[in-house]
Amino acid sequence: MITRRKLIVLLPAAALAWQYVLAGTPETAPNYNTSEHWWGMLLDIDKCIGCGNCVRACSTENNVPEGYFRTWVERYHVADWEQEVPQVDSPSGGIKGFPPSKFTGGKNFFVPKMCNHCVDSPCTQVCPVGATLHTPDGVVLVDESYCLGCRYCIQACPYGCRFLHPTKHTAEKCSLCYHRITKGLTTACCENCPTGARQLADLKNPNDPIHEFLRTHSVQVLKPHLATGAKAFYHDLDGSVR
Amino acid sequence: MRIRNGVHLTKFKDAEHLVRLAGAFVIVLVLFLLLRAHFIPKSFGQYGHYRGDALAELSSKPIVYAGHKTCEECHSDVLDVKKAGKHAGVNCEACHGPLAKHAEDPGAVTPQLPDTAVLCIRCHEENIAKPKGFPQVVGAQHSGGVLCKTCHQPHSPLLTPGEKKS
Amino acid sequence: MPVDGFMYPNEIELQWSVLIVVYPFVTGLVAGAFILASLERIFLVTAVKPTYRLALLTALSFLLVAPLPLQLHLGRPERSLEMYLTPHTTSAMAMFGFVYLWYLMAVILLEIWLEFRKEIVLLSQSSTGAKRLLYKVLTLGSTNISEGALRVDDKVGWVITLIGIPSAFLLHGYVGFIFGSVKANPWWSSPLMPVVFIFSAMVSGIAVVLLLYMATTKMRRQPIDMRCVDTIAQYLLYTFIIDFGLEMLDLIHRIYEADESFRSLDFMMHTKLFFSQVVLQIALGTLVPILVLGAIQIFHVPEKLRKIAYAVCGCLTIIGIFAMRWNVVIGGQLFSKSFLGYTTYKLDLVSREGELIAAGLLILPFFILALLVKILPPWPKIEPASGD
Repeated sequence: MITRRKLIVLLPAAALAWQYVLAGTPETAPNYNTSEHWWGMLLDIDKCIGCGNCVRACSTENNVPEGYFRTWVERYHVADWEQEVPQVDSPSGGIKGFPPSKFTGGKNFFVPKMCNHCVDSPCTQVCPVGATLHTPDGVVLVDESYCLGCRYCIQACPYGCRFLHPTKHTAEKCSLCYHRITKGLTTACCENCPTGARQLADLKNPNDPIHEFLRTHSVQVLKPHLATGAKAFYHDLDGSVR
Repeated sequence: MRIRNGVHLTKFKDAEHLVRLAGAFVIVLVLFLLLRAHFIPKSFGQYGHYRGDALAELSSKPIVYAGHKTCEECHSDVLDVKKAGKHAGVNCEACHGPLAKHAEDPGAVTPQLPDTAVLCIRCHEENIAKPKGFPQVVGAQHSGGVLCKTCHQPHSPLLTPGEKKS
Repeated sequence: MPVDGFMYPNEIELQWSVLIVVYPFVTGLVAGAFILASLERIFLVTAVKPTYRLALLTALSFLLVAPLPLQLHLGRPERSLEMYLTPHTTSAMAMFGFVYLWYLMAVILLEIWLEFRKEIVLLSQSSTGAKRLLYKVLTLGSTNISEGALRVDDKVGWVITLIGIPSAFLLHGYVGFIFGSVKANPWWSSPLMPVVFIFSAMVSGIAVVLLLYMATTKMRRQPIDMRCVDTIAQYLLYTFIIDFGLEMLDLIHRIYEADESFRSLDFMMHTKLFFSQVVLQIALGTLVPILVLGAIQIFHVPEKLRKIAYAVCGCLTIIGIFAMRWNVVIGGQLFSKSFLGYTTYKLDLVSREGELIAAGLLILPFFILALLVKILPPWPKIEPASGD
């Protein structure tokens, strides 16, 4: 028998269910099907010249606040065989390029860094409310209208790619230019890299030349021992890189 | 609770304050559930533990760099020069800056020509960390203050020995 | 430049401020005070009975303040309701809202209500004006304080206290897990972390109740029950020994394994964290209290000297445990995850997350306690309501 007391419990449940029904289907970019793509990136250390174009382009495309970085470039100097103590610098993230190096010998190279869009990302795991998310096509994004600004995700990222936006007070990071790649464009950093050191990869597309490169060359990810499932693949990454 | 004799009734009376407390808890719980039903965003949970609408929002942000394919639609003449030279892999906006606005309305937005004194040096100034095979010069020694574009055509920059820009 | 060596550009600014040091410190006091109260109720250590009610009220005072540092720290505090709407079950932090509510409503408030119900009913009948209304509301409309009812209260209270012990461990242990489960940070990532947090919480909670009991008894010009404080000091010593053992285990394990992070962390401990870790936390905050309390167990120390020793040890303990939270939270953010550099923590005086706010949050519970003690007197003799 339906008593008044039972109705008090049933009605809100029914209302919730109805709201789900009314929610309808989402709008994605036209002709873009998330299930056809699985995004990653190739970063070729052999080709990076440390010009900083990527950092500037990302900053312009995504309105990145000054002093914070969705992507940045590091310069390494390894004096000899000892990989454990490289000398590293990244003046303003490399946004103005790099000044002449004070070193004369050893191994020297540039390493672009960015969000690794991990498959098993620790950042999505720790978000208390579901403000950071995995899209069905493999991109890790931040829902800035839902983020509380608790900063747990920033602590959990092993790669240092997240920051708190100084005026929005929500977490922010590389979005793999989701607004571009869902329209058939490449990311701002890849578009502006003059040497092809950064190239977007679609790991579900068998005809993607970068996908082919990843299948036929030695590639590494950063901090593999943490098993994050990183999808930013480095070609010719030296063992000294952190 | 069977009322066999007065004893049961008294026992209930002794716990009556707890029943009131439980009632208060239930009221709070129901209020909480109603609040929840009202405030949870509609699209939450569609694809995972997040607002489904966020995907659409994040994929509809404004585009700032048009992408080289868009440039090449109108400027195919430059493409013809570029694709045969050393800068074939350098996209237009890498030097000319973000031009989506210009692509949308070419007449209204005129792109600024880049300052070659600053631009070329950023890539080609010698630095020990650059890959060995990459063309680098010590700017001051190489041109003695002469602007790069005096000798080098930016869209196809390589000069054969003795050649000067026409 | 605030940076020594190299840090990833986004790491230079610290994310979690002193407020995130205050929060575990405060919830630790809650858990510790409650455990001391449960010593009497569940483990029948009758000697500490004089502190039972005081410990409960202390726990409540700190519990009420606990969400404040979190709210002040959030980038968007107006969205904090989302933790209740869509808690992400893989996140330890999402537990906070529910564990906190559970502990507040189902453990602390319920236990205090059951413990004080007789006085509440009596005061609702004997007091006047606004106070009368307050007590009447607190009775929830029931005035039954017969022997039968009070026996029911006692039984239910016993069950609540029993449930309260693992609840207290959960309330504070999950904070330890929040840090201990971050694989990106080797200073934090450890299965020992929740255990260390719980034991240092117990140490600080016991110390705070000890100090409060001695202070309030002196303020009321009553004699201090030495059997009570001697027993509390014993439990403080035992808990300290376990806590110290765990911390040393962590340290020795780190030094022995010397993994990729060791060189960087070791340097940090000898430089940036030397004062707060080696001097404040280990030497003054742990070793001195253990030695003094241990000496009191072995040698006969006259009463007057014991009282001074307990007061000093209590203060050192609290400072030491605050330093421990500081070393975990701030220490974990001073070094780069590249293990190639360090940054500095700029603690402002006047800002939303500054020194003044932190100090204010630490003092506020004592004001709340003073108020609670007026409403629900924990002392054996009930003061006449109209005499306040």
